[in-house]
This record gives sequence, C-alpha cells and structure tokens, in this order.
Amino acid sequence: MIEQRKSARAFPHIVLWIAIVIIVFPLYFVFVASTRTSADILAAPMPLYPGTHFFENYGRALSEGAVNLGASAMTMMKNSFIMAMGISIGKILVSLLAAFAIVFFNFKGRKFCFWAIFITLMLPVEVRIMPTYKVISDLGLLNSYAGLILPMIVSATAVFLFRQFFMSVPREIAEASQIDGATSMQFFRTILVPMTRTPIAAMFVIQFIYGWNQYLWPLLITTKQEYYTLLIGINRMLSGADVLIEWQIVMATTLLALIPPVLVVVIMQKQFVAGMTDTEK
Amino acid sequence: MAKQYEFPSKGLPYLLVLPQMIVVFLFFFWPSAQAIWQSFFLQDPFGGRVIFVGFENYAKLLTDPDYWASFRVSVLFALAITLSSMAIALFLAIQTNKKIRFGSFYKTMMIWPYAVATMVAGVLWLFMFNPNVGVIAWLLKYKMGIDWNHLLNTKQAFLLLTIAASWKQISYNFVFFLAGLQGVPLPLVEAAAIDGAGPTKRFWAIIFPLLSPTTFYLLIMNLVYGFFETFPIVHQVTAGGPGKSTQILVYKVWRDGVINLDLGGSSAQSVILMIMVIGLTVFQFRFIERKVTY
Repeated sequence: MIEQRKSARAFPHIVLWIAIVIIVFPLYFVFVASTRTSADILAAPMPLYPGTHFFENYGRALSEGAVNLGASAMTMMKNSFIMAMGISIGKILVSLLAAFAIVFFNFKGRKFCFWAIFITLMLPVEVRIMPTYKVISDLGLLNSYAGLILPMIVSATAVFLFRQFFMSVPREIAEASQIDGATSMQFFRTILVPMTRTPIAAMFVIQFIYGWNQYLWPLLITTKQEYYTLLIGINRMLSGADVLIEWQIVMATTLLALIPPVLVVVIMQKQFVAGMTDTEK
Repeated sequence: MAKQYEFPSKGLPYLLVLPQMIVVFLFFFWPSAQAIWQSFFLQDPFGGRVIFVGFENYAKLLTDPDYWASFRVSVLFALAITLSSMAIALFLAIQTNKKIRFGSFYKTMMIWPYAVATMVAGVLWLFMFNPNVGVIAWLLKYKMGIDWNHLLNTKQAFLLLTIAASWKQISYNFVFFLAGLQGVPLPLVEAAAIDGAGPTKRFWAIIFPLLSPTTFYLLIMNLVYGFFETFPIVHQVTAGGPGKSTQILVYKVWRDGVINLDLGGSSAQSVILMIMVIGLTVFQFRFIERKVTY
C-alpha cells in the first residue's frame, strides 16, 4: 500500500467540501429567492435563509407565470417535456433503425449512408441556424412541436453507439434466429432491441438532458406563448428593467427548469456516466 | 472486429435508413449547403433582390475590425473556460479517486451541474452578480470596495461569463478525468511509491502521461464548448455587451442574421465557423489514430 499521513487523509474531504459549497451555493440562493417576496429581494442584500412565500410563489408561477409573460410554468414545463421526450425517443428510434441497417445488411450505398451520418458529428446546430430556420418556416412548422423536435433529431452519436454495440453481438445469435425461421425484423424486435437496453438507457439520459436544455432553437422558432419552453419563458421574464423583474417568480421557474434534468442524472448516474464515456470512442 | 451476420434482403435496409437520411438531408446537408450558397450573395432583407457578389462578404468580414475583435474574444473565452474548468476538474477528480469515505456522495455532488442548461447556469450566476440585487455584487461593493457592474465594465462581464460557463463545464470534465484515473493501473503507481517517488512525482511521471488521451479529448471538447455552445450564456447574461466586448463569434452570427437581417454576412460567418469545427475534428481524429498513449 501507498503511504498515507494523517493530515493527508483529511485533505481531500476539506477540498471536496469547499468545492461542494461553491457548486451548490448558486442553487441554494435561487431557492431562497423563490421563497421570498419581490420586496425582500429588491432590498438587497436578501437574507440567506428561506422565507415564507414558497407556496404562493410556486403556485403563481405554475398557474399564471410572471406579469405580462402570458405563459404559465405548467404550460412551459409541458412544452419542455414534450420537446425533450420527442428528441430523445425520436433520436433513439431513428438511430436504432439506421444502425441495424448499416450493421446487419449489405446494400449498395451502405458506406455512403455511414459517412453522411458521420459527418453530422462535426457541425453544431449553432453554425447552420439561419438556413435551418428557413427550412422549418418553408415547411410551415414554426410554432409547432414538430418544428421544435425534428431538426434536433440529427445525431451521429446515437448511431455510432448502437453500431458499436451491434457489431459486438455474437453473429451466432443472428444466424440462429435466421435458422429458426425468424425474419430480420422479428430478430430486431424480439432479440436485438431487448439486448440493447443498456446503451438505449444511456442514450436516453443524455438526449433527454440535451432536449430539455435546448435554447437557441426554441428561441428562434417559438414566437407564440403557448409554445414557450421553460428556458424561453425565463429569458422573456428577465428581458426588462431590473425593478420590473419579478425575481421570486423567475427563480421559482428557474428551479422548475433545473430539477427534472438534474433528477434524471442523479437517479440514472451509472447509465449516464457509461453513456458519456462510451460515445467518446 | 469480426464481420456481423448479414441478412439477405434487397429493399428493407433502404427503408430502415430512410428516416435517418431524410432528417440528415433536410436539416443538415440542405441548410449547410444553403449557408455556403448564401455566403456568396448580397440580399436585400425587405425585398426579393439577390445579387451575386462572389467573395465580397468574406472580404468585408476579414477587413472588419469588429469581426476580429469578436474572433479575439471568442478565443480568449474558449481558452479561459478550457483551462480553468479542466484544471479544477482534474484536481477534484484526483481527490475523489483517493478511495475515501463518502466517495460516491462526492461524485454525485460534482456531476449534477452537467444537467443544468447552459442558459440556466448563466441565470444562476447572473442573479448573484446582479449589481442591484445580487448577493455577491453586494459583498464586493460594501465589504471589499469593488464596484461590480458587469453591464458597464468589460473585464467584469468577461469574468462573469467565464465563471458561469466553467461552473457548468467542470462536471463534464470531472466524469472523464475520474474514468481516466480509475483506468490507471494501481501496481504501476505502487511500484513507483516503493522506488521512493513522492505523490507529486508519481502524478507527473506516471498518472498524468497515462491520462493524456483523456486530456487531449477533453481539450478539443472544451474548446468546442467554449466556442459554440456558450451562446445561451452570452445571450442571457451580457447580450454581447457592454458595447460589443463579449460578442463571441456564435453570438455575432445570430445577431447579424436574426436581428440585423444581413443574411450574406451571417452565412459567410457560418461557413468560416464550419471550417473551424471541421479543422478541430480532423485534428482530433488524426491524433486519436496516432494514439496519444504511452
């Protein structure tokens, strides 16, 4: 064993606790603000312990939202949820099918498909935002769930993760199912997909967070309140003079925007870490 | 890797890749081609008039001091985020990897900010540093004599953006560094200890070199994050200001295209960005092929 001095044993704990305080403090501060009145916050500095307006603030945020926003956190949460689920499920389905075709079939254009997907890895949405907006607008999909979801389904990472996994499946399994008279789609549905559940779960965690946290795209294409996602609502609430901002409602909405993806990561931490470090290759 | 079993079928595989291909072409190749195409034209935002101008949009950009200022601040911003968040994450990952009690608790506490949206990270820090209501701005002003106002002071604006963007990115780096550290063979480290190498020597002579593939991968990923994925923070926290001092390239593309409706100029900027990402990616694959391992 490697030597360990007494003082050296306490060191990591001290360092990590300092880090935790720095990491958690912003969150705590937002929580405190979400339980106080507007006057408490504006009379800076706000006290550093929770106030008594928790239910009032969250109730208002969820039912009507801040003044002049025109969208409740309930509606925005629903939109964020639909967007996140649409993106993650859409990506997983489309990528599973594509990876299945590329690994288990020999067809003309297989190489071409592979490279066409591969190259999408290179360009983030940010750099082709204007023309993508044009496509969606030509298709008449501005202010719609399809418009929010479809352009975000382009994903090379999911195809690669599944492709890698499919290639590691022993070929005897596919052969056996073929001999037993199963069609390729039966093999896919009843054998391959159930085998792939761990990579699917990992992909789901990563894509759900990706979808829930989309900002630039909804900012561009949602001009109607009923399609605002939480992040867009927060941005709209904050774009005004400081004194007119209802900080307590903004902060309650911020926590509502933050908690679902954080819970997903904390609960599915194992799948999440595996998914992240696997797609690296 | 052994070749996978292949089902005999002619039409089916095309049907299977079709959805992916439609999405890729409609939302990737077509818009990218459009961006390249539009970068050679000058468009009248209010009418249909379109004039072919060749490389004029590019020439205009490359002689525009605003563009170079934007370029400079993007590079500085990406470097500041990359260096600070990687150094802190590596340090914390080393501490967590020491087989201490509550290790998994610490790990969770370090990882959760990954799930926080970049934009929300901006809001969290914006609120604490808000010159009127922020607790840290108050502390700085009344306890330390520093007049904090990131809406007026360019250095403070840059610092606030860097803090918010790094705070979120630490968790990503932490996950990879911890995975990397756990892959370091313990006998190697023990052998060095027996030979009398202290903790610092062991780190630099054995652990750090073994981590180099991870470090290199993270270096690229962090630069990409700093360059392209920090739009939400800039948009929310400073809106490129004060003046245009924190207008990073991605923000400028958005502002010129969406607000100023200069489609040609914005497209030319998009194309330059595309070339930069492709460059970074190719660079990364070259290195991974050569394996930065020992």
